[in-house]
Amino acid sequence: MTTLTLGKAINQGLRRSLASDDKVVLMGEDIGTLGGVFRITDGLKAEFGAHRVVDTPLSEAGIMGTAVGLAYRGFRPVVEIQFDGFVYPGFDQLVAQVAKLHYRSRGTVRMPLTIRIPFGGGIGAAEHHSESPEAYFAHTAGLRVVACSNPADAYVMIQQAIASDDPVIFLEPKRRYHVKGEVDETASLADAKPMGVASVAAAGSDVTLVTYGALVQTARDAAIAAAEDGISIEVIDLRSLAPVDYATVEASVRRTGRLVVAHEAGQQGGVGAELAASITERCFEFLEAAPVRVTGHDIPYPPAKLEKHHLPDLDRILDGVDRALGRPNSLSGVEA
Amino acid sequence: MTPSDRDATGLLTRPDHFVQLVTPAGERRTDAEFDPWVADVDTAALGRLYRDMAIVRRIDTEATALQRQGELGLWPPLMGQEAAQIGSARGLRDDDFVFSSYREHAVAWCRGVSAADLLRVWRGSAASGWNPYDHNMAVPQIIIGAQALHATGYAMGAAWEGTDTATIAYFGDGATSEGDVNEAFIFAASFDAPVVFFCQNNQWAISEPVGLQSKQPLARRADGFGMPGIRVDGNDVLAVLAATRIALDRARRGEGPTLIEAVTYRLGPHTTADDPKRYRTEEELAEWGARDPLARVLTLLASTGFDTEALEREVAEEAGRVAAELRAAITTIPDPDAMTVFDHVYAEPNTHLARQRDHYARYLAMFDEGAAASGEGAAR
Repeated sequence: MTTLTLGKAINQGLRRSLASDDKVVLMGEDIGTLGGVFRITDGLKAEFGAHRVVDTPLSEAGIMGTAVGLAYRGFRPVVEIQFDGFVYPGFDQLVAQVAKLHYRSRGTVRMPLTIRIPFGGGIGAAEHHSESPEAYFAHTAGLRVVACSNPADAYVMIQQAIASDDPVIFLEPKRRYHVKGEVDETASLADAKPMGVASVAAAGSDVTLVTYGALVQTARDAAIAAAEDGISIEVIDLRSLAPVDYATVEASVRRTGRLVVAHEAGQQGGVGAELAASITERCFEFLEAAPVRVTGHDIPYPPAKLEKHHLPDLDRILDGVDRALGRPNSLSGVEA
Repeated sequence: MTPSDRDATGLLTRPDHFVQLVTPAGERRTDAEFDPWVADVDTAALGRLYRDMAIVRRIDTEATALQRQGELGLWPPLMGQEAAQIGSARGLRDDDFVFSSYREHAVAWCRGVSAADLLRVWRGSAASGWNPYDHNMAVPQIIIGAQALHATGYAMGAAWEGTDTATIAYFGDGATSEGDVNEAFIFAASFDAPVVFFCQNNQWAISEPVGLQSKQPLARRADGFGMPGIRVDGNDVLAVLAATRIALDRARRGEGPTLIEAVTYRLGPHTTADDPKRYRTEEELAEWGARDPLARVLTLLASTGFDTEALEREVAEEAGRVAAELRAAITTIPDPDAMTVFDHVYAEPNTHLARQRDHYARYLAMFDEGAAASGEGAAR
């Protein structure tokens, strides 16, 4: 076991993938000499060369579209989108090409791309630097969407994403890049938990709290705080947003009878909406209350001084838990 | 007046000032720079280029007829662009890779794609007609210009692998307005990607004249991206072949991309759903009809004493055979099984889709069971 930050764990995972398969190429803006604006690709160009770690022109469609061509040629491109809000210029290539080419070519062309996106807020950044675009991609057939929340998962999941023959949107919780954790760099990838499987981040019995990315730590903190009030929260780190590991979520909800979903992204048409609907369909008879969503507001990401009012924090999550439990909460007395 | 009010294609894109080796009247012009690249094309080889063009024209008219008869949902005709497609495709090596739009049926023909595979998509029976790796030709692209980036990426990869394989991207004049094509130019130039950008300027993007896409000849844009631009008579199969060979040679020698603008004309509609009478004139059509890519080759061959009557006879027979094959192929394209809608969405198992697939299978099974129980299978 070594202690690594989440950012360094991704760096080590990329290094191992580059070393184990010479068809893996990294592409992105500033990822070579600079090592990326978050330094996630630090040192990799020096180690593997400019044809393995490629500084590209400033063109997200260009990065994504040339990665498609490289995949056609048998490469496994790992694309870095510098910030979440910069993925949109590459959106067409991503949803109309990357996601669909395997289907369009009747399975003859593989698109084993990994699209790394530092996502979410909480770092006091400027506009377009704090977004949560996951629902767009979870809605797109052909893509897999995963989010890591801790160094150990980050190290394994980035390698799994690169090894996958499907395109994977790999969401990195940028405000957690510097958080440290234990990473087993010697463990075999074959023995690791598949990236499509959710984790129980904290066991509990009164309510199931599902989240992913940066909010997993906030949810764990909420579970500790709630325990002081005698409420037992089970925190599930979803890890895979498309497809969702419903087996794990269902098993938990069948025990607790209550579901809270938390994410930074806006509520409408979001991952939480999908989870609430699917869990209601699947285990309605086990639910003691309607599923509750604790999300960002349906607004453009606000200026940095206001982001604390947008991002679900420990107290907003606890308020959601209270709603699921029918305890006094911010909506008590409000007609449905 | 807005650009779209113009009824002509615009002065700047008139078919003058381009490289031409065979005039519309069938006269051979000399060109010191281009001639060496087609020195090997004797009358027999020119006859073969004519044969290709005549056969794909017949494929095109047959497919258009099949659409009119309801056998195909849609067809984008290539008529008028035979020289641009045959001249460029016959310049390629087998290991070169093609990324095309949806109109390059002649290129597909040159790559060995079968008649049935050409029609599969347009009949609506499959998402694609062929395995790209069987023909070194990607599945056709509908999103305008997206394939220019794919070609560039493929070319970058081929170069990084140390091969001298080249890649060619086909797109139309309208595509040059798309960001993807411009971004492809930037990537290709920056990385010296061995890619040929082959623009068939057929004057019209559905109803929009090329003058709405560009104020200057498209080939001139190359200069701003740091690559050569060649403007060639796209209805002159010999000039197109020479231009493509020049560009491919540059690519193989590691000198990077080239933009070729083949000035040609779409004689038919954009697709069988289009009515070009609404936006272009009979005069314009007649003017371009007089520049037909097939007729000039026959005239040139005849002037050399070549037995063109025999050639025409042989080619007509072969084209007839190919057309019959095409028509017969329709019956060999099966309607796909319902459950195949779920196939190939992912390369690896996907729990969400597996469940959805299972639910739909159960739903469909209800009808089978119901039919079996009531004995009214046919009535359903």
